[in-house]
Amino acid sequence: MDLTVGPNQFFWTAEAVSSFHAGLCDSPAARVVLGELVCSKRLPFWQDAIPPAVEALLAAGKDVALTTLALITLKRERKLTSDLFDMGLPVEINDLSALNHLPAGREFWVGPLVNVYNEGTLRWLARRGARRVCLPPELPLASIAVLAAAARDEGVAVEVWGHGRVPLAISGRCYHARLHDRAKDSCQFVCGDDPDGRDVDTVDGQKFLTVNGVQTLSQSIASMARQVEALREAGVSSLRISPQTGDFAAILAGYADCIANRLSGADLARALVPLVPGGRLSDGAGATGAAWSGG
Amino acid sequence: MMELVCPAGTPAALRAAVEAGAHAVYCGFADETNARNFPGLNFTREDMAEAVAFAHRRGAKVLVAINTFPRAGAEPLWHRALADAEQAGADAVILADIGLLAHAAEHHPGLRRHLSVQAAAANPDAINLYAEAFGVRRVVLPRVLTVAEIAAINREIDVETEVFVFGGLCVMAEGRCSLSSYATGQSPNMNGVCSPASHVAYSDDGRDLTARLGGFTIHRTPKGAPAPYPTLCKGCFTSADGKGAAQTGHIFEDPVSLDATDLIPQLARAGVRALKIEGRQRSRAYVAQVVRAFRAAVEAQAAGQPLPRSALARLTEGQAATTGAYAKTWR
Repeated sequence: MDLTVGPNQFFWTAEAVSSFHAGLCDSPAARVVLGELVCSKRLPFWQDAIPPAVEALLAAGKDVALTTLALITLKRERKLTSDLFDMGLPVEINDLSALNHLPAGREFWVGPLVNVYNEGTLRWLARRGARRVCLPPELPLASIAVLAAAARDEGVAVEVWGHGRVPLAISGRCYHARLHDRAKDSCQFVCGDDPDGRDVDTVDGQKFLTVNGVQTLSQSIASMARQVEALREAGVSSLRISPQTGDFAAILAGYADCIANRLSGADLARALVPLVPGGRLSDGAGATGAAWSGG
Repeated sequence: MMELVCPAGTPAALRAAVEAGAHAVYCGFADETNARNFPGLNFTREDMAEAVAFAHRRGAKVLVAINTFPRAGAEPLWHRALADAEQAGADAVILADIGLLAHAAEHHPGLRRHLSVQAAAANPDAINLYAEAFGVRRVVLPRVLTVAEIAAINREIDVETEVFVFGGLCVMAEGRCSLSSYATGQSPNMNGVCSPASHVAYSDDGRDLTARLGGFTIHRTPKGAPAPYPTLCKGCFTSADGKGAAQTGHIFEDPVSLDATDLIPQLARAGVRALKIEGRQRSRAYVAQVVRAFRAAVEAQAAGQPLPRSALARLTEGQAATTGAYAKTWR
């Protein structure tokens, strides 16, 4: 089992992105997916940080892929998607329409925002050239095991959401702009004020969701710390660690120690609490996605 | 004339819709294969065959929604639903999952395939992919698009488009939302339910009524005031900015429903083939009333006459309606 750093879901400055990627070069991560996932309006502000990051990560021996947007609607977004396939790197598709731009015979990765719920879908994607699939975060362990078995037969590596606020929904509407009484087209990039998203609580003060532009996330940080053994047994070969502010190197090191059996899942979970925004973990190992097996 | 596609949660609602002028009715089997898997709703295999015969006698079509994502290890349940829909004489099936579409194209090539809104095909590339790979003939567009975007999509595709015009409003891209799963463990994609009643609890402190979903408070209303159903994305929440200034309100969407009646002429000009009414969970009286009003509207549209002012407004949830994403300012 190894670690994949997913694309940053939030809107960070080019400087913050550059220093984040620089920190990944000597981290235990096996691969990194980068690029803009959530909102194409953000990209001009930090896209110049992508080529040097790719170069440095490749030089450090990491596998690197570029993500598509999660929701592609505009003409320029379709063009952007098509252009991704000309960059000479694997593309991780997070909107199925990207497959329409895939050059014949080209392999690709499938991100967690593509609906892969069953063997039929996984096989269809594998036969189109999928080599890696990060499964949707809402899948229960029983489904993960069935899919991992099917994936093995197709030569596809299976990854799951290992750490980070869970992407729960994507919309045409920008909730960050709405919170500032603005529309999406006049958002003034207010999502940049909240580098881990903006928290949404219930009127009774329960910590609940986090908005990030057009995206809605869980407010708890999903962590598979306590599920590593079960996931390994199910045939999962990689955990996706999603970028956040704070000591990301310590988070990656903790997961690396855990999958190498140098640190127990319970100890990792305890170590993570002060390192994550909001200090609350979930792993869906109960009746709901918000559940946490650690009590 | 634009085709009017109407909901039927029960055989009685189907008959009511057909008699009120539906050109087509959509419905599903009583299990997790369809995205309105609510207790007391949906069709047995026998019901379905009878419903198709009834509709066909009156010149209406029946579209069978098999639009959840098959559970890993349990695909035969969904494959059987496809075979049974064909056997019952369905005019089309409405599908969302890639694996199921591939199975349908291979094993039921003569059964017309529509792409469910749950597939969230939001641009021409996605639609053309589904058309080429699986022979999809019609796509139900997700509710994230403006009318202008719908017109642009229609210029680049060869399949028919169908859009929602009335009823419940998803504010997230459908088929890509696991909010309900996070709060309750039950999701539209996996279980065919959103914010299920089984996970709703009300508490009454004498002054206010509090509605919780999976333990999370969705809204609190003064006693005696109308209390909308606690659908997660229509809840009242609170959010503070970095400086600690908090706002409380409907952060995602107000408890409104969709009413795009006034946009029918624009949607027709945008090349939309069919108009869809949401509400398989609704009573047959509601269905009959809405269908009658919309049939009059599409007939007026086809005849180039002004749309009749209808009594639809009082049928909408919480008495408030929106044109949703069809208007750019909604975003």
